[in-house]
Amino acid sequence: MANIISDETIEYVGILAKLELSDEEKEQAKSDMGRMLDYIDKLGELDTTGVEPMSHVFPVQNVFREDVVTNSDTREELLTNAPEQKDGMFMVPKTFEA
Amino acid sequence: MNIIEMTATELSAAIRAGKATAVEAAEAMLTRIEQQDKILNCYVTVDSEGALKQAKEVQAKIEAGELTGPLAGVPMAVKDNMCTEGVLTTCSSKILGNFVPTYTAEAVLQLKKAGAVILGKTNMDEFAMGSTTETSAYGVTRNPWNTDHVPGGSSGGSAAAVAAGECFYALGSDTGGSIRQPASYCGTVGMKPTYGTVSRYGLIAYGSSLDQIGPLSKDVADCATVLTAIASHDAKDSTSVERRDTDFTSALVEDVKGMRIGIPKDYFGAGLDEEVKEAVLKAARELEEKGAVVEHFDLSLVEYAIPAYYTIAAAEASSNLERFDGIKYGYRTEDYAGLHNMYKKSRSEGFGEEVKRRIMLGSFVLSSGYYDAYYLKALRVKALIKKVFDEAFAKYDVILGPVAPTTAPKLGESLSDPIKMYLGDIYTIAVNLAGLPGISIPCGKDKNRLPIGLQLIGDCFQEKKLIQTAYTYERSRGMFRLTKECTESIHTEQEGQCHEQNL
Amino acid sequence: MSKIYETVIGLEVHVELATKTKIFCGCSTAFGAEPNTQTCPVCTGMPGSLPVLNKQVLEYAIAVGLATNCEITRYAKFDRKNYFYPDNPQNYQISQLYLPICRNGGVEIETKEGGRKTVGIHEIHMEEDAGKLIHDEWEDCSLVDYNRSGVPLIEIVSEPDMRSAEEVIAYLEKLRLIIQYLGASDCKLQEGSMRADVNLSVREVGAEEFGTRTEMKNLNSFKAISRAIAGETERQIDLIESGEKVIQETRRWDDTKGESYAMRSKEDAQDYRYFPDPDLVPIAVSDEMLEQIREKQPEFRTEKMKRYKEEFDIPDYDIEIITGDKHMADIFEAACAICGQPKKVSNWLMGETLRLMKEKETDASDLRFSPENLAKLIALTDSKAINGSVAKEVFEVMFEENVDPERYVEEKGLKTVNDEGALRKTIEEVIAGNPQSVEDYRNGKEKAIGFLVGQTMKAMKGKADPAMVNQVLREML
Repeated sequence: MANIISDETIEYVGILAKLELSDEEKEQAKSDMGRMLDYIDKLGELDTTGVEPMSHVFPVQNVFREDVVTNSDTREELLTNAPEQKDGMFMVPKTFEA
Repeated sequence: MNIIEMTATELSAAIRAGKATAVEAAEAMLTRIEQQDKILNCYVTVDSEGALKQAKEVQAKIEAGELTGPLAGVPMAVKDNMCTEGVLTTCSSKILGNFVPTYTAEAVLQLKKAGAVILGKTNMDEFAMGSTTETSAYGVTRNPWNTDHVPGGSSGGSAAAVAAGECFYALGSDTGGSIRQPASYCGTVGMKPTYGTVSRYGLIAYGSSLDQIGPLSKDVADCATVLTAIASHDAKDSTSVERRDTDFTSALVEDVKGMRIGIPKDYFGAGLDEEVKEAVLKAARELEEKGAVVEHFDLSLVEYAIPAYYTIAAAEASSNLERFDGIKYGYRTEDYAGLHNMYKKSRSEGFGEEVKRRIMLGSFVLSSGYYDAYYLKALRVKALIKKVFDEAFAKYDVILGPVAPTTAPKLGESLSDPIKMYLGDIYTIAVNLAGLPGISIPCGKDKNRLPIGLQLIGDCFQEKKLIQTAYTYERSRGMFRLTKECTESIHTEQEGQCHEQNL
Repeated sequence: MSKIYETVIGLEVHVELATKTKIFCGCSTAFGAEPNTQTCPVCTGMPGSLPVLNKQVLEYAIAVGLATNCEITRYAKFDRKNYFYPDNPQNYQISQLYLPICRNGGVEIETKEGGRKTVGIHEIHMEEDAGKLIHDEWEDCSLVDYNRSGVPLIEIVSEPDMRSAEEVIAYLEKLRLIIQYLGASDCKLQEGSMRADVNLSVREVGAEEFGTRTEMKNLNSFKAISRAIAGETERQIDLIESGEKVIQETRRWDDTKGESYAMRSKEDAQDYRYFPDPDLVPIAVSDEMLEQIREKQPEFRTEKMKRYKEEFDIPDYDIEIITGDKHMADIFEAACAICGQPKKVSNWLMGETLRLMKEKETDASDLRFSPENLAKLIALTDSKAINGSVAKEVFEVMFEENVDPERYVEEKGLKTVNDEGALRKTIEEVIAGNPQSVEDYRNGKEKAIGFLVGQTMKAMKGKADPAMVNQVLREML
């Protein structure tokens, strides 16, 4: 395996992705990610010099909406799925700044 | 004819003619679901009450002459990654185990306008990540042809439900083959339209630049009919394309004279099952006999599609799935210490293994220092892949090949090795990268009585050529009533028998 | 010998655009609604929802870019900035990193020494605002309101070209004026429609390299900005002098305590994994679109000042104040157009208006009286229908409630009494009642007449023309 994934990398990606893995899962993730990256490294065989990265397949451009209010108050609907709510707002663990 | 064995268009004709009613059809489906779905598990949610209510309303409108279209009164199923107002929408994930949307996906709204009766939500690989429907948090779906096998995925519930006669057609979504491959494994027709043809509004995103909704149906005519109904320019989806002629049923013409069909040699190399190869090439010969000009050619870059796809899809998914955080909807962990712990625990407990694997990979390839080497590189390869298809379509109207290297594998065989599982997508994935339309149509069965699928790929916006070719082939192949076979298969299998039938 | 340091400052200025709806959905942006009543699936990150760009946002962003001498990016894109926070419903913010809409601009400011310098603008990009977090005192938790989520912002990123708090404020004032003149935002620091983050580093005078910078947030007024710059400069110099290193970090300014603290967290990797948003299509700015926006550009302050000089016979100082706020300039021009008396309009603005603004702590952009009513008030005084002090009284009410002065004067019976008979009768009484003052006047004490005029005005309840009173009094004495 050419790509060796360290514990630190898994820890770091866990912070980015907000995932917490058990020790067993971590070992599995290290091996899986290493193998996947080895596989993805295959792309390196292709010379892509001068090739523009293609994010959209079709040249669709300039899709806009007009600045007109179309939505009304749907707070009740919005909150129907909230795990916890209070005073018409979503309740979350205390944030650092608040 | 028994209602269950009818196609969607046959059923709607019967309803219009007063020979059947929408309510009878819905009841027949619900009974069948009741009988079979404990074994097959095609559905995550069956909305019996809602379906019967819709059926009554639709029937009244049909009788009043307000609904006259070819889908009016026909019961159908929706993959569980499309939002349906008031009906649980889980993406087959624990993290959305209690999510009831307050809005409906645009594609589903289009069908409702056409008089569709929605039976429920079909099982899938969690967040459409998988090729077997085994990553669902709500149990595996079984292949109706042989319940020891997977139905394919990720739209496995939709494909199995159509094949087993638990609905007349279904919607699926296809990010790397997720409609075409289960259609192939379950012996149904499945189509992934050109990117932008069907609105993605309300489709819970996996890989936004690749996702496309499409039909799974019993035959090509139903496929064209459903596609006609769901294709729409939607101002709510910026990537929706304004297309002029979207009456795809006009392509239901039995004629391939002069149709230029290219067969990529690269699709017939190592890893392709011999029986699949034979069946696909036999289909090509039949089309040739009908007047198509068939040629073998080198497509190239085939082996690069999978690594490019997994990089792009994982990157987009890692971002798309960030919104599942236990704050606005969905699962929130019981005990936590502070905000970040709540995030981590909710997500780690709410997502399954394969989803976490892809989120980790996607977050990594986008992270500082790796973006250029992995993500941008994959987007450059995508551009090259698009180019080889452009070159191929300068020569051919249609590209013909297999959908998958094998028929449906046995349950439990695929998940252990992710890369091996990803390799199964080799013939379908490039189509999504290039935004092209592709259709899967049954072209035979292997020695284990499992269906084999033929894939036809068209240039962008050329669905009609695909439908015309598929329709012509279907006529030549001869019709088969897959629901009847499936019924027997499930029932006989329960008795420990295997029922051999010719296609 | 102690070293001499200089402060190097760059700003990231967020401006809330004055659109009716949010950047990617049709929800209202109106300020002050009940929590979460201006939301929809798009701006609350509901699964399956998709963004569509508000055209007005693009037009405002381009207009600001043109007015700040930027190059407009002809092929622009939106990117996702990924980070988890409860006010960020998708846990990514749609912003622009790789191809921002404007680049390489700059504005000229006046320096303390009276010179001019250009502050470079690195880029301007469009993005969505976050929701609001409210701390709940009772439950030890926070509450999220997404009304502000998706409100359009432009972020104007300057080059590190400023060297003092004065320059920073001059630059902000300049931006505020340009954007206000465009009508793209009201740019109120206190209300958060303009927010400035200060990137600051120090270095020895003459050094080529920049020092390590910090980013300071939560600066809600010009005063807070000045204090934060002073505080952070001192903190960094102290660190360097004591042999420590400045750490590149984000700090939050606490204006009441007058100090900043680091916003670090182990869970905050600051790796935003930007990538092009696949849900939004690229923006291609055509020559035509650019020309249309260019044509709609208003007259900016410098041009306006020049024109006022030519058109109106008012002092330079007045021009400076009046054009210092777009709304005030609009009132001035409209009132002049009605009454044709720029000097009198200017006097009202420079005198009573500024006095009341100071007294009532009002911003010029919040002035409520209409130019029509100001013109009417001037006409009332011109025709001597009311006298000066009554006019001031009426103006104060106009300032608060924008009343129609004609109707108000009528209703309150404030019109000057022009009946000479009545006046003479009152004066007779005043003369009779103030023999001492009459005596004084007759003995040559000019001042005494003032007292008698005042007494007459008082007796007339202010509704007399003081000049006329003066004249008749002298006659009768």
